[in-house]
Amino acid sequence: MDINEIRKQFPVLDQQVYGKPLVYLDNAATTQKPLCVIERERDYYLHENCNIHRGVHYLSQMATEAYENARKTVARFINAPESHEIVFTRGTTESLNLLATSLGMLFFDGYRASIPSGCDDHGLSASPSGDASSVGRNDSIKILITAMEHHSNLVPWQQMVQRHGGELLVVPMDDNGVLDIQAYEELLKQRPQIVTMAHVSNTLATVNPIKEMIRLAHQYGALAVVDGAQSMAHLPIDVQDLDCDFFVFSGHKMYAPMGIGGLYGKTEWLEKMPPYQFGGEMVDTVSFEKTTFNKLPFKFEAGTPNVGAALGLETAINFIESFDRQEVAKHEDALLAAAIEGLSKIDGIRFIGQAPERSGLVSFIIDGIHPYDLGTIIDKMGVAVRTGHHCAEPVMTRFGIPGTVRASFAMYNTMEEVEVLVKAVTRASNMLR
Amino acid sequence: MTIKEIQQGIIDDFSMFDDWMDRYAMLIEMGKECPIIDEQYRNDQYLINGCQSRVWLHAELKDGKVYYTADSDAVITKGIINLLIKVFSGQTPEDILSADLSFLDEIGLKEHLSPTRSNGLLSMLKQMLLYAEAFAASTK
Ligand SMILES: Cc1ncc(COP(=O)(O)O)c(C=O)c1O
Repeated sequence: MDINEIRKQFPVLDQQVYGKPLVYLDNAATTQKPLCVIERERDYYLHENCNIHRGVHYLSQMATEAYENARKTVARFINAPESHEIVFTRGTTESLNLLATSLGMLFFDGYRASIPSGCDDHGLSASPSGDASSVGRNDSIKILITAMEHHSNLVPWQQMVQRHGGELLVVPMDDNGVLDIQAYEELLKQRPQIVTMAHVSNTLATVNPIKEMIRLAHQYGALAVVDGAQSMAHLPIDVQDLDCDFFVFSGHKMYAPMGIGGLYGKTEWLEKMPPYQFGGEMVDTVSFEKTTFNKLPFKFEAGTPNVGAALGLETAINFIESFDRQEVAKHEDALLAAAIEGLSKIDGIRFIGQAPERSGLVSFIIDGIHPYDLGTIIDKMGVAVRTGHHCAEPVMTRFGIPGTVRASFAMYNTMEEVEVLVKAVTRASNMLR
Repeated sequence: MTIKEIQQGIIDDFSMFDDWMDRYAMLIEMGKECPIIDEQYRNDQYLINGCQSRVWLHAELKDGKVYYTADSDAVITKGIINLLIKVFSGQTPEDILSADLSFLDEIGLKEHLSPTRSNGLLSMLKQMLLYAEAFAASTK
């Protein structure tokens, strides 16, 4: 694996900020895009742009085919059994909102009553069932999340239980940022309908034992949702092996363009779930009285999708797969280990998140120094990191800190960059004390 | 000294340093010397939430002049607050309201007052001017 060759694929890395070479270590927020991805999207607009699924003409057919092939590539990448189990969305947040809204309707609005028996590929009838309103609030609604979730995997569920009347249960974690699995099992005994958890925490880097957690969730009759925003670029994903019911991710955190991401769901559940956005290609037949919905996955893709970005996502997946993924993981782990070792020599440093199994990033604070100050100074040295609560305020509250400094890695980062990071943080902390 | 003279003094101080590191070192020093808000005002009522760093601001009118005190949990933020306090404190509300703030540009700190920086400084500057406006109205 030749990092210099890889870096040539990422022109954005080759620049100076404030007269210093850019050291980009904010990959957990978004990764940079390789030329092949940029060119794929550009090419689409140069030669192929067309609205899909509707035209009988040549370009439309080509674009539709390309888009559907991209879906197949995503399915293959995460080993989904069927490509109709992949719904394209704008990303993790949209996927989670889709789930919270649609599952909320399915479980708690009496939507079940409106599902025709023997519901086939053609989806649901949306004609009012009449008894949806009579089901009313349900006090037994429980959604189980973990203490380390990103706001995107917290707020949609919280709003869902508030809307339907219910309760959010939270799996606690210890001081190292490791989930308490015993407490998890205890909470499962309260019979939540849905369990949702990050595969990898975006603040603590913890790799959660999701396979075991999914198994336990099923044992207690709950559906299992996995937030894969931070894992897709780094770890191999096999949704059949995991046996999760849903898996969500963002393209832009895995070398793909912004504005595209996905939701994997088991056919069985996607079929039962009602659509949550309406219009466009997601319908089957429409009259003023009644609408029937298109089959999977289209019933969840209302309106014109981001076709160019979906093609970029496919190219990003091919890009990732063009490397020996184990070798990439080894390289990224080595960067992480070197960063931790270098930073640990700094007086007063405290790592937030010290789970035995971590991936992709390191979060820390330094005694008496505000993360914002540290980030401001090292920015001037060309080092791009993230400071703040990383959209996980409850995690900050849990550790009693205002925020952390977070350095996160991608395949194109180098050991030299880790050295610059360590030097910059050392120098800044001397200045700020 | 007039606001203009104070601003010129700050520009002169900053221009002694070519290196941004020295400028930030100076800002950090200024942060440590910020006139700190009285403990009784260091509460939510005087808090300006800027997402990443929190800022508390208080002002009072003495002999027709405004005096500010403040605090922040981030020292660079506090340094910039002190810079503004140096410029505004001890001036009349009218002078504060008509002040030109382009000196921040000249010393290369304007970016910190941009709306995209989630540090609370912009809201704090607005709050400083609001105090001046309220005092101006009350003395009319
Ligand atoms: C764990 C996790 N979940 C969800 C999200 C939200 O992703 P997006 O903003 O792409 O929707 C992020 C992004 O920071 C994340 O790290």
